[in-house]
Amino acid sequence: MRSRFDEQLAILNKEMIEMGALCEEIISKVLKALTDEDKDFLNGISTAGAEIDRKERTIETLCLKLLLQQQPVAKDLRQISSALKMITDMERIGDQAEDIAEIIPFVENRPEMADTLLHEMAKASIKMVTDSVDAFVEHDVELAKKVVSDDDIVDKYFDLIKQEIIREIISNPKDGECSIDLLMIAKYFERIGDHATNIAEWVVFSVTGIHKEG
Amino acid sequence: MSSIVTVKNMCLWYGEHQALKDVNINIPEKSITAFIGPSGCGKSTFLKSLNRMNDLIPSVKITGDVKYNGKNIFESSVDVNELRREIGMVFQKPNPFPMSIYDNVAYGPRTHGVKSKAKLDDIVEQSLKDAAIWEEVKDRLKKNALGLSGGQQQRLCIARALAVKPAVLLMDEPTSALDPISTSKIEELTIKLKENYTIIMVTHNMQQAVRISDQTAFFLLGELVEYGNTETLFSTPKDKRTEDYITGRFG
Repeated sequence: MRSRFDEQLAILNKEMIEMGALCEEIISKVLKALTDEDKDFLNGISTAGAEIDRKERTIETLCLKLLLQQQPVAKDLRQISSALKMITDMERIGDQAEDIAEIIPFVENRPEMADTLLHEMAKASIKMVTDSVDAFVEHDVELAKKVVSDDDIVDKYFDLIKQEIIREIISNPKDGECSIDLLMIAKYFERIGDHATNIAEWVVFSVTGIHKEG
Repeated sequence: MSSIVTVKNMCLWYGEHQALKDVNINIPEKSITAFIGPSGCGKSTFLKSLNRMNDLIPSVKITGDVKYNGKNIFESSVDVNELRREIGMVFQKPNPFPMSIYDNVAYGPRTHGVKSKAKLDDIVEQSLKDAAIWEEVKDRLKKNALGLSGGQQQRLCIARALAVKPAVLLMDEPTSALDPISTSKIEELTIKLKENYTIIMVTHNMQQAVRISDQTAFFLLGELVEYGNTETLFSTPKDKRTEDYITGRFG
């Protein structure tokens, strides 16, 4: 009855999955660069960022074409409008990963305690991104809701790191710049968590028609 | 918003065939209600029942309650001509009478006893203005209505329906025979008319229902499957059959 439209929606889904995978890839690279102090990982980050930007354009164009050609309603309309919202958050995740990568070379002499916490925080926020993409792929409302609640864990890590950095600045003021850079990295991971939350909320809307704001 | 038409447990048969099954609906006044559904689902039958147009078909049998302003329209005391004055109708194909534009609009008021030329002039002008066609025809009121374009003819038919001062306008696919520009004019007009009239419209054009209606009712196989706020129905339908129909999975 509407096989062409279904094919186009399947393409949209595939593109979204690919963009999600690119986001997971870029933040994993950032985490590796942070953990292994392997600068090689940093090289691929701007390429991955550009790839994410291209994907955003492709999906945007496809969504606008579908809105124009198919005048979608009900679940179709929710899927397409959610995709349009989600790619903005995915693109921001890519940008923030690039922002972190730029700072990594300046935080090599970071204190151990903050480093441990930062790794934990990075892992938690990456998991949120992975889960939000999985929730989208599987139309899994429960997993999406879990992502939303997991944001509290990431926020908690941010507070702990902030406290740690305050202590570090007090005890070792000459390394203040490194501490501030660390705080910025933590803030970027915290924002990545927020974007994953937004994605998850749009997944819930796409499946149920209910968005948290409305 | 109070209901102007309330229908309870209405069933309708054409001979042995049941065309409407236990329909329940409240239609709020001064709003636009759209009826959608595949061909043969009963939406036009239901629309025509609301001013007893189905009385003209001999094999029709109706049970249940259809109340207009609280009064059952099937009661023997109801004057059908008066009911059809109150609840006017505009059809799919423009059907002006083969007479002048003026006489088309004056026809209804004349049959309801208005004789004064001055009064008829007023009614004709006001009705044509309300139907957003006055500017186009004011200089040729005595010309034959059949010389108008399709879109103009349909607006003339709306003017003719408005001339007897109805409260409700039933519209059966009023734009399906019109080009996009005429369609757009009728849609704009309909939105304007709801300030003073209750509009109930059958449409096969779902985007039209989305654009102009306040409530939408989805009919399938004689059943009213889902009825509610248009935006809600088209964004988050409750019934899977509604979802399947509006997304083009059947119908």
